[in-house]
Amino acid sequence: MIPELGLLSLILALCIAVMQAIIPLLGAAYKDPQWMGLAKSASWGQLTFITFSFACLGYSLLTDDFSVAYVAHNSNSLLPWYYKFSAIWAAHEGSLLLWVWILSFWMTAVSLSGKQLPESMLARVLAVMSMISIGFLLLLIITSNPFSRLLLNTPVEGQDLNPLLQHIGLIFHPPILYTGYVGFSVVFAFAIAALLDGRLDGAWARWSRPWTLTAWAFLGMGITLGSWWAYAELGWGSWWFWDPVENASFMPWLVGAALIHSLVATEKRGTFKSWTVLMAIATFSLSLLGTFLVRSGVLTSVHAFAADPARGVFVLTFLLLVIGGSLTLFAVRAPTLKSHIGFGLLSRETLLLVNNVLLTVAAGTILLGTLYPLILDALIGTKLSVGPPYFNFMFVPTMALLMIAVAIGVLTKWKDTSFNKLKHLLTPILFISFFLAAVVAMLQQRLNLAAVSCVLLASIVILAGVRDIFDKTRHRGLLKGIAGLGRSYWSMQLAHLGFVVCAVGAVLATIGSSEREARMVPGSAIELEGYYFQFEGTRQSQGPNYISDLGLVKVLRDGQEVAVLHPEKRIYPTRQSVMTEAGIQAGFIRDYFVALGEPLGGGAWAVRVQIKPFVRWIWFGALMMALGGLMAASDGRYRMLSRLRSFGSRAFGTQS
Amino acid sequence: MTPIRKRRLGKIFLLVCGVSTALGLALTALQENINLFFTPSQIIAGEVPEGIFIRAGGLVEKGSLVRTTDSLELQFSITDGDRNILVKYKGILPDLFREGQGVVALGKLNQDKVLQADQILAKHDENYMPPEAAHALKEASAANQLTKPLEDNGK
Repeated sequence: MIPELGLLSLILALCIAVMQAIIPLLGAAYKDPQWMGLAKSASWGQLTFITFSFACLGYSLLTDDFSVAYVAHNSNSLLPWYYKFSAIWAAHEGSLLLWVWILSFWMTAVSLSGKQLPESMLARVLAVMSMISIGFLLLLIITSNPFSRLLLNTPVEGQDLNPLLQHIGLIFHPPILYTGYVGFSVVFAFAIAALLDGRLDGAWARWSRPWTLTAWAFLGMGITLGSWWAYAELGWGSWWFWDPVENASFMPWLVGAALIHSLVATEKRGTFKSWTVLMAIATFSLSLLGTFLVRSGVLTSVHAFAADPARGVFVLTFLLLVIGGSLTLFAVRAPTLKSHIGFGLLSRETLLLVNNVLLTVAAGTILLGTLYPLILDALIGTKLSVGPPYFNFMFVPTMALLMIAVAIGVLTKWKDTSFNKLKHLLTPILFISFFLAAVVAMLQQRLNLAAVSCVLLASIVILAGVRDIFDKTRHRGLLKGIAGLGRSYWSMQLAHLGFVVCAVGAVLATIGSSEREARMVPGSAIELEGYYFQFEGTRQSQGPNYISDLGLVKVLRDGQEVAVLHPEKRIYPTRQSVMTEAGIQAGFIRDYFVALGEPLGGGAWAVRVQIKPFVRWIWFGALMMALGGLMAASDGRYRMLSRLRSFGSRAFGTQS
Repeated sequence: MTPIRKRRLGKIFLLVCGVSTALGLALTALQENINLFFTPSQIIAGEVPEGIFIRAGGLVEKGSLVRTTDSLELQFSITDGDRNILVKYKGILPDLFREGQGVVALGKLNQDKVLQADQILAKHDENYMPPEAAHALKEASAANQLTKPLEDNGK
């Protein structure tokens, strides 16, 4: 009964979504306030029904209703309750439900912020978001029903959640990642609404900036969590694989980063109007593409995907409609978006343009490398894969250039910057940075160019940031000036610093990692970079739904114990699957990492030990960027959140 | 031409140059870093040039895994049901490596058509499974799966 109610509730939500997609648009065209006003209440309606449906799926999972196919495939009565609940977003159908649920939240949030928007704008934005909602609800109801039943042969036990997913990462990573993905639908809807309206001024950019920043920050946190999860769970000690699944989320993040920068130019200077709209469309399209790449099964098998007529065709049609439709609208309206605002060759606008080009190129090369094998497989059946060297070769130099652009960009002024002024600001920075790089080069036993250039670039960016603070406060004095710099300025500094920290972490973790694999008997030790990893053997232990061999490895240096690690080998009987749980001791400077391979008989194990310097910096830096985004989004200039809060507490006190 | 137009043309020119350089570089890098996939039959038939990096996939033949006692060196053979090839590898095998299961090996062939593998990928999870192994796996596991529902659960 409950699953049927869940489906019914989705169908009701679809009815509301159809209404919300049509009537407010007509209202906006004929200036009928009641028709426009419908959008707000309809958003609440969608939120209510989709939430109910979501709760129904959660209920079925928590009560082990294995007559529901989705529950039977992704859960098991022995599973701890938090994994049962998280199984909602562990597979295709449930993920789509999570997607559309989060969309209804974003819609409601936009409708709450409505007071500062013209009514017609709000009506159009909500109508466009509702169109996206229709697409996902149809997909759920027609081809990917999470509530479909196995009434004829109901299994007595579920097939269990994939052991790889049984990790705290599953609980947080997908919802946060999706909040980011879906959040880009807001800026997309704003762009489309503005195109429909024919008015793309600075106001459009100002309204959509906080939304975009928030979505981008969440996407960044989601990716960070995913990377950390892969590092901790896959047992290989690698934090980025250039796997299609990762690329799928990374591309919208990169283009989203370009978008938040070009929105600044559009808001403050009225430049790049068409480009910003194009970026908004691209960001959301990549979000959609990412969702489908990961969750439609196309990566597992191109042919199965293409052969499943309902789902494959639906997804492709939906993508085509969204991307094609918005680009067509753009093509029709873009010629009217002429901006007559010029800027000098050496100006912040130019540097933001460079930033956008670099980020877009980076995303484009990743897109090429990700889709190339799929397209080739679908067209001519050639099976190949694109290796990480391709991505590194393209991505790393682009990011190095981006760091230079960041450093110069921070120091330039809007409209025009004199070359002499810039030279005056940059010379000491370059001098100190080259000096630092030379020192690092001299200190190295073996010259590593990657490390030296990394130090050079990092130092240039950081010093440029500091220099800019001094430059901005030179009239009012440092202390007084610092207080007056404003939240969005500091959030920019924080995000740029995060970028540097992340880049330094990535470079050092890549070149500085060392690894050894060996056959180890209890009591034996192997040496890695002056550290002794002493294997003390394993013992059997019992988890809620698995049996494990729990190992004990001590890390010693000069006879002193620096870490005790507990690598684990688990067997999940339901799926007969084996999982490696690495033993990791995290540290600011380095991580110690031990993974058990296979038992080799007589208590001996194949053991992999690794030392990963600065690997935490990658995630720490990425979180700093996300935090910068959230800080900028909460800047009082937008009055978005504060109004939202006051309005929310007045009208919907209990819900918000 | 007005100065504004001139500047605009300059910008467009720069943009086109940049994009085409990037695209050229990308395509070159792509060409150099693709790893083609071959089945054991194709390898035995001599379709694979020596010394290039390839991916070879199939099922691990039952009873073919041989380990050494003092190191992590090992060998096994993979089959596509018709022909089989020998794979040599040193290191830790992935969790889900098992005889009779699908696997993809990355490495180079030597003259004796033995694959010296640098990396072994087994079915790890739907997301981390190479599509090639999926095909092999699908056929192999169709028999021993639990009651398969009408629709694919499509992760």
